[in-house]
Amino acid sequence: MKETTIPFWRDERVLQWIAQIIFLIVVVASGAYLYHNMMTALAQRGLLPSFHFLKLTAGFDIGEHLIPYSRNDTYGRALLVGILNTIEVSFLGIIFATILGIIIGVMRLSQNWLLNKIASVYIEIIRNVPLLVLLVFWYTGVFLQFPRLKEAKILPGPTYVSNRGVAMPWGKPTETWHIYLYVLALGLILAAIVWWRLTLIGKRTGRMPLVTVWSTLTFLGVALLGWIGITLIYHQAPLALDRPELKGLRTVGGLELTPEFLALLSGLVFYTAAFIAEVVRAGIQSVSKGQVEAARALGLNGFQTLRLVVFPQALRVIVPPMTSQYLNLTKNSSLAVFIGFPDLYSVAGTIHNQTGRAVEVTILMMAVYLSFSLMTSVFMNWYNKKIRLVER
Amino acid sequence: MMNREPKQYSSGEVLAPPTERYTILGWLHKNLFSTWYYTLLTLVTLYILYAILKPTLIWIFTQAQWQVVVVNLRLFMVGQYPKDQLFRIWLALDLLAFTVGLAWALLLPKERRVGLVLLVIPLLLAALPFISSYSRINWILFAVIGFVGWAIGKWQPKRMRRPLIVLMLGYFPILILLISGFEPILKLVKTNYWGGLLLTMLLAVVGITLSFPLGILLALGRQSKLPIVKTFSILYIEMVRGVPLVTILFMAQLMLPLFLPPGLKIDNVLRAMAGMVLFAAAYMAENVRGGLQAIPKGQHEAAWALGLNGFQTMFYIILPQALRNVIPVIVGQFIALFKDTSLVAIVGLLDLLGIASTVLAQPEFIGRQREVYLFIALIYWVFSYAMSYASRRLEVALGVGER
Repeated sequence: MKETTIPFWRDERVLQWIAQIIFLIVVVASGAYLYHNMMTALAQRGLLPSFHFLKLTAGFDIGEHLIPYSRNDTYGRALLVGILNTIEVSFLGIIFATILGIIIGVMRLSQNWLLNKIASVYIEIIRNVPLLVLLVFWYTGVFLQFPRLKEAKILPGPTYVSNRGVAMPWGKPTETWHIYLYVLALGLILAAIVWWRLTLIGKRTGRMPLVTVWSTLTFLGVALLGWIGITLIYHQAPLALDRPELKGLRTVGGLELTPEFLALLSGLVFYTAAFIAEVVRAGIQSVSKGQVEAARALGLNGFQTLRLVVFPQALRVIVPPMTSQYLNLTKNSSLAVFIGFPDLYSVAGTIHNQTGRAVEVTILMMAVYLSFSLMTSVFMNWYNKKIRLVER
Repeated sequence: MMNREPKQYSSGEVLAPPTERYTILGWLHKNLFSTWYYTLLTLVTLYILYAILKPTLIWIFTQAQWQVVVVNLRLFMVGQYPKDQLFRIWLALDLLAFTVGLAWALLLPKERRVGLVLLVIPLLLAALPFISSYSRINWILFAVIGFVGWAIGKWQPKRMRRPLIVLMLGYFPILILLISGFEPILKLVKTNYWGGLLLTMLLAVVGITLSFPLGILLALGRQSKLPIVKTFSILYIEMVRGVPLVTILFMAQLMLPLFLPPGLKIDNVLRAMAGMVLFAAAYMAENVRGGLQAIPKGQHEAAWALGLNGFQTMFYIILPQALRNVIPVIVGQFIALFKDTSLVAIVGLLDLLGIASTVLAQPEFIGRQREVYLFIALIYWVFSYAMSYASRRLEVALGVGER
């Protein structure tokens, strides 16, 4: 008896593989074609791809740098300065936007009509205006319109507020600073131990103590004791107060924040906060009313209800969309270039202008942003897993 | 005579719950001054509002010099688009008004409010004191044509169905032809003359329209069982979503010319459009995927049981349902894209934001940043808000998202 099988041209498995191979060939062929065009064009200009230019002298200044940098440093270092600036502004932005976003989100749910309306008007205004317009307005319309340095507004401190930015008193590390760092590390370790022990006790007894509060207090206590101890032993505090002084056309000393940095940070914070507020509102509203009523019936007070019942459940809904807001903020920090803050994109743009190396700069830039996105989402996924509802 | 018969309710009738009624004082007490800390909060907030709003309003109405906006209005709207060719933009707008009017009559016969608003807005624009009489006439014409479209739809609802679909599908190519022109009937207007709000709108419309097929393909690719196709789709989507739009625009500006065979050149605006499309496609793919995942498995199985093959199942059963469900999300993406087009100003195009810098460089308007950027923000806000409002009403009226 002859076995009846379907012919191979009607066998779905074979067809699928043929389709995939054709797809692969098309992709590879068009990729190769584009690559060939690119290499020809680059060869004509004498700019065959190589990353050696990163070791050349940059020769341009960067206004703000977290690590020492001068125009005699390499392009590589310039890029690093840009990356660090991006990280700095994104990190601060995420923290402040979260705080402001939670405040506005809670206001949006408030029983108080006025607060409620203010929050919703704020959200509706901010969400419907492009971030870039907001940034430019903030920069040119607010921060650059401050009085000139000579007529600067002087707040207590002294803090100078002018169109050159804000200069305020700041701690300056002294000789004992590095010893103090050990104390801080010790504080962190102790705080972690307290956290761990209290969580264990909470799990055993079913009465969760205020874990975060106690461990924070431990850390602060160690920090304070260490400060006093070092000051008494070495007769020098770890940080000395450094006050800004007006010298001619600029201020000297203290912490100087440029208008570019301030505009970028506040623009990002105000913009993202509106989105975070909506995320927070949705999260809190997702906890059903019965949960609150049940908690009150069990005798928990308002604060306990919020801390032990509403918040943990809302958090599960909040975390995933919050992750994408954080990612958005990090990516949006690249708009800094429009108001002249030297972030990664801006530095990369300058390097491209000087060297003409479009391909390498693009690759580097995209790789860095991709790894930022990857790191943020890995961290948030880990956190999400941690707080996820454990189902039986 | 005033006494009416008390209404007799039959047992089956359901009464609406009694509405709560407050006196003004009662309302104030409940919403603003219910407890001592709410009272305190209300007072503090009122003071802060006063402190912020008073100088702002004083500035807007007495100190700001809006001349810069009035003088450059045309620049803001259409950029350097030739003055003698402006009728083409009006033509495109009139066609849009007609299409929307028709669509409104056919798709949403009961929804009156938004239709009325759409009619009132152009009339309000026509009443603005500082626009030219040419624009004034055209705005009135716009409203009239929109109304005519609506009336025709009301008059012949059955017969206009097909023309409406043709209009909706054909609007995009007609728009592009009208704006760019085709020899020898309409003079070519090069893309570097496009600017202002016109360019902003075109970038958004082109981005969303062209990214649509690309996005669907990517979404299907990501859902597919073929490992190579799937990997490729995931890589593309995640890479694009992982980087900021400016880097994509940067790449489009600098690397696209390198990719093209020697001799072939495309200008700035087209490069930016290519970048926008590639960017939007990744997000579109994720939106469509959301819709695809929401379709229950039974739909697949039923289609297979009926003897449809994979292609037929996808294109006749699954996709239509999935796309219908994601209409609101796609409108949301369009609004986001509309706002994102402002980023092309970074790579030097003269869209609404880009043109603002050129206006501010005019010697007589130096230092008028606040006025200009407020005006631009207002335009963006009006469009985005109107679109999101309309889409919310549309969702309710069409029952989109409900099954």
